[in-house]
Amino acid sequence: MSTATTESATSTTSAAVGTTDTQKRSFTASAALYLNERTSLAGFIKELGRKAFPDHWSFLLGEVALFSFMVVLITGTFLTFFFQASMAPTHYSGPYVPLKGVEMSVAMSSTLNISFEVRGGLFVRQMHHWAALLFVAAIGLHMLRVFFTGAFRKPRELNWTVGFTLFILAMAEGFTGYSLPDDLLSGNGLRIIDGLIKGIPLVGTWISFLLFGGEFPGTAIVGRLYTLHILLLPALVVALIAIHLVFVVVHKHTQYAGPGKSPGNAVGPPILPIYAAKAGGFFFIVFGVLALIASLFTINPIWNYGPYDPSPVSAGTQPDWYIGFADGALRLIPPGWEFQWLDRTWSFNIIVPLVALGIFIILAMIYPFLEAWITGDKREHHIADRPRNAPTRTAIGAAGVTFYAGLWAAASSDILATHFSLTMEGVIHTLQAITVLGPFAAYFITKRVCLALQKKDREIALHGFESGRIVALPGGEFIEVHKQLDEYERWRLISFESYTPLMVRPDVRGRISTRQRIRGVLSRWFFEDRIAPVTKAELESAKHDHH
Amino acid sequence: MAHDDHSGTDIAAASSDAHDPLVSPGTALVVADPFENPGFPPHRPRVTDTNPQREKRAQRTVTVLFYLSILGSVWAIAAYMLFPIETNDMASVRTNNLLIGLGATLALLAVGFGVVHWGKALMADVELVDERHAVGGTEKSRVAAAQIFADANRESGFSRRTMIRRSLFGALIAFPLPAVVLFRGFAPQDKDPVHLLNHTMWKKGTRLTLDPSGAPIKAADVTLGSAVHVIPEGLAEMTEGKLEEKAKAAVLLMRLEPSALNELPERKDWSYSGIVAYSKICTHVGCPVALYEQQTHHLLCPCHQSQFDVANHCEVIFGPAKRPLPQLPITVDDEGYLVAQSDFHEPVGPSFWERSA
Repeated sequence: MSTATTESATSTTSAAVGTTDTQKRSFTASAALYLNERTSLAGFIKELGRKAFPDHWSFLLGEVALFSFMVVLITGTFLTFFFQASMAPTHYSGPYVPLKGVEMSVAMSSTLNISFEVRGGLFVRQMHHWAALLFVAAIGLHMLRVFFTGAFRKPRELNWTVGFTLFILAMAEGFTGYSLPDDLLSGNGLRIIDGLIKGIPLVGTWISFLLFGGEFPGTAIVGRLYTLHILLLPALVVALIAIHLVFVVVHKHTQYAGPGKSPGNAVGPPILPIYAAKAGGFFFIVFGVLALIASLFTINPIWNYGPYDPSPVSAGTQPDWYIGFADGALRLIPPGWEFQWLDRTWSFNIIVPLVALGIFIILAMIYPFLEAWITGDKREHHIADRPRNAPTRTAIGAAGVTFYAGLWAAASSDILATHFSLTMEGVIHTLQAITVLGPFAAYFITKRVCLALQKKDREIALHGFESGRIVALPGGEFIEVHKQLDEYERWRLISFESYTPLMVRPDVRGRISTRQRIRGVLSRWFFEDRIAPVTKAELESAKHDHH
Repeated sequence: MAHDDHSGTDIAAASSDAHDPLVSPGTALVVADPFENPGFPPHRPRVTDTNPQREKRAQRTVTVLFYLSILGSVWAIAAYMLFPIETNDMASVRTNNLLIGLGATLALLAVGFGVVHWGKALMADVELVDERHAVGGTEKSRVAAAQIFADANRESGFSRRTMIRRSLFGALIAFPLPAVVLFRGFAPQDKDPVHLLNHTMWKKGTRLTLDPSGAPIKAADVTLGSAVHVIPEGLAEMTEGKLEEKAKAAVLLMRLEPSALNELPERKDWSYSGIVAYSKICTHVGCPVALYEQQTHHLLCPCHQSQFDVANHCEVIFGPAKRPLPQLPITVDDEGYLVAQSDFHEPVGPSFWERSA
C-alpha cells in the first residue's frame, strides 16, 4: 500500500479554484470558481475530498440501507402521482376481470390502476415494495455488524441510538405503506393493530377511536397513514440519516485491526476518487438489483386478496417480514392471559408481548451505555473488535438474535405446521421453548465458541500454524513442522483490547456503594472468563521452545 | 465541561497506539510493554498496474459496460412503446413489467459495475492515512465555548433571574397543551367508543342473511355440517358505515347434531335445532375466525391460531385468545327464516379496557 498524505490534494484544489488572474480558464474551472465564490465549497472539498475511508465488505451493509432508501424515495414519489389515499367506496371498473364491479375503496382501485393500467406502474410499485423490504433488512444487518464489532463504543454511542431509531422508523414506514392499498391482507393487519391498541390499559380504547376516526375501520385511516407515510416519517428518516452521516464524518469510520492501523489513524482509499466511485457505482448496483427483482418477482398481489372486508380472511395470513417478530410475539402467548379486575379488562395476552418487545428494544438501544459503564473505559475506540475478542458481548448478541428469531419464526407458525405436517400446538410449544430457553443456549454456546476461537488464535500467534510438512526425525519420530506467522499476520491476532473483572474496592469513607457492587457483579459476568492476550515475554519464550 | 479533568486529546498522534494516560481505560488491561505495530505491509501492485494489456482490457470492459447501460435505457424506452398494456389482457401487463424492468436493470447494473470496476482496476490504488483527533476537540475551544455560555448567562441573567426563568418554563410547558386538545377532533366529538363497542346492528327479529348477498336464510336450508357466513338484514344495502357495522356484526352460522352441542343451561334456547350463531370476530385482536373444521367442530383464527370449540359454546381450546366467541341468540320467524332474538349479550371482538364482564 502506498501511502500519501492529505496535503498533496490541497495544492491542486486551490490552484483550480483560487486563482483570480485573467488567463483563459476552462469551462469547468470557471464554473467551479463561480460556484465557490458563492458557496465557499472549496473549503468543504478540501476538508472532505481526500479523507481516508476505511474499507471492508461489512461496511457496505449501511450503504445498502442508504441506497435502498434512496430507491424507495424515488419510486415512492412516482407512486404518489397516481395513488389516491381515499377510503370512499367505488366499484372497480378497470381491466382486471375477476374484480369487475366489486365494491372497494378508491385507494384500492387506484393501486390496481397503477398495477394494471399505468405502463411500468407495476414495475415501480414492485420496486418500491422490494426496496422497502431490503431497506429494513439492510438496517438490521448493519446493526448486527455494528453490534458484534463493538463499533458502538465511545464516541459512537449516540449514533447507535440514532441508527436504532431509524430502524424503528423504517418499520413504521413499512407498515404504514403496507396498509395503504386497503386490500384484504393489509386491512386485517390494521384490524390486528386496532385489537392490539384496544388491549392497552387505560388509554387503548380511546387511542384506537382517535386513530381510526371513529369505529374500526372507518374512512379516515388510509388518509392518515398516507400523511405519516409520505410526509412525517420520511422527513424524520431523512433528518436522522443526515445526523447519522454527519456523525460518521465527525467520528471518521471505524476500521478493523491490521498492520499499520492504529486507534489514532484512519486508513483507506480517499473519498475522491476511489471511495466515491465505488459507493456511487454501488448505488447503481443496488438500484439495478432491485429493478431486476421487481421485474421478475411479484410482490403483494393485492388483486388476489381483494378489497378489505371485515368478514373474510385467507389462511396463512402473514405480515411483511420485519413485522413478523411482533406478530409472532402475539401468537406465542399461552391461552388464558386475560383477566377481569376492578371491573376492567386486563389483556395480558397483549400487554405482555408489548412490554416484552419494549424491553427488548430498550435494552438493545441502551446497550452501548451499559457496556461503557461496566468497563469504565473512557477512551475513544476506533478499531472494530473481532466478535470473538468480546465473548460476552457476542454471546449477548447471539442471545438477542435467537430471541428475535424465535418470535419471527412464530409469525409463520401456521405455515410451518401445514408445510411440515405438524400440529399447530406442537409448533407453538416448540417455538415458545426456543424463544424463552433458546437465548440462554445461544448465549452459552456462543461464549464457549468465542473463547475457543480466542484460544486457537493465541495458540497460532505463539506457536504458528500447521504447515502440512511432516518430517521424520532420526529416531523414527514424525513431527509436523509448525510455521511461524509473519509479523503482519500476527498483529491481526494479538492487537485487541482485553478487559479484566472489576475489583470492587471501598471508597474513601470505607464503604462500597450499591452502584459499585452491581457494577462489580456485571463486570465479573462480562470478564471473568477470559483468554489473556499474548504478551511479548510469552512470544519470546515460545520461540525459544521451538529452536 | 471546560473544567474536565481529562484535558488533552483522547487519542495520541497517529504514530503510536498509546492512549492518553489521563483518560481512564477502566478495567481494560493496560500492557506495560505492548507489541509494536509492524507498520504497513509492502504495497502489492494490481495486475492492471503491471500489465498494460490488462489495463487496456479493463478500460475496454468499463467502456463496454457504459455503452451496455445506454442500450439498457434505450431498451426500456422501446419496451414502453412496443409492449403497451392491452385492455383485458393480463399477459400484456406481465410483458410490459418484465421488459421495461429488464431494460432498466441493464441500464442500472451496467453503469454500477462499470464505475466500480473503474474504481477498483484503474483508479490509482492508494490508501491514505488520516490522523484522528479527539472528537471533543481541543481544550482551547472547549474553554471558549464554556465562556460563551457563561457570558450569555451573565448578560441575560438566566440563572440569576429565577422568577423570569421559572415563568418561562411554565409558559413553554403550557403552550403545546392546546395542540394536544386539538387531537380530540380525530374522532367524532359526540360519540363515545365504549358505547359504540357495546352494541351491534343485531336486535330482536333481525333476519340472518347471507354474506355478501343479503339474502335471508331459511333454517331448513342450513344443512348439517355446513358453516354459513352471515350478516344482519339490511347491512348489504347500507351505503354509510357499512364496514364499521360489519366489523362488529359478522356472524358464523353452523349446524351440528343437536346431541353434539353442549349448551349452557342459560343459553338452552339460543340455538335452533342444532343451528348456532357465533360472532365471527376473534376475541383476541379481532381477525375474522373464518376456518371451520367440520369434523371436530373447531374454529380456527388464521391470524394468531386461537381455536374455539363450537360444540362447547365456542370456548378457547388453544391460542392467545381468552374469551369464548360471543353467541348470538337465534330463532325462526313465522316464515321459517332465521332471526336474532336480540343483540349479542356482550361486546364482540377484541378486549378493551372499559369492557366489563
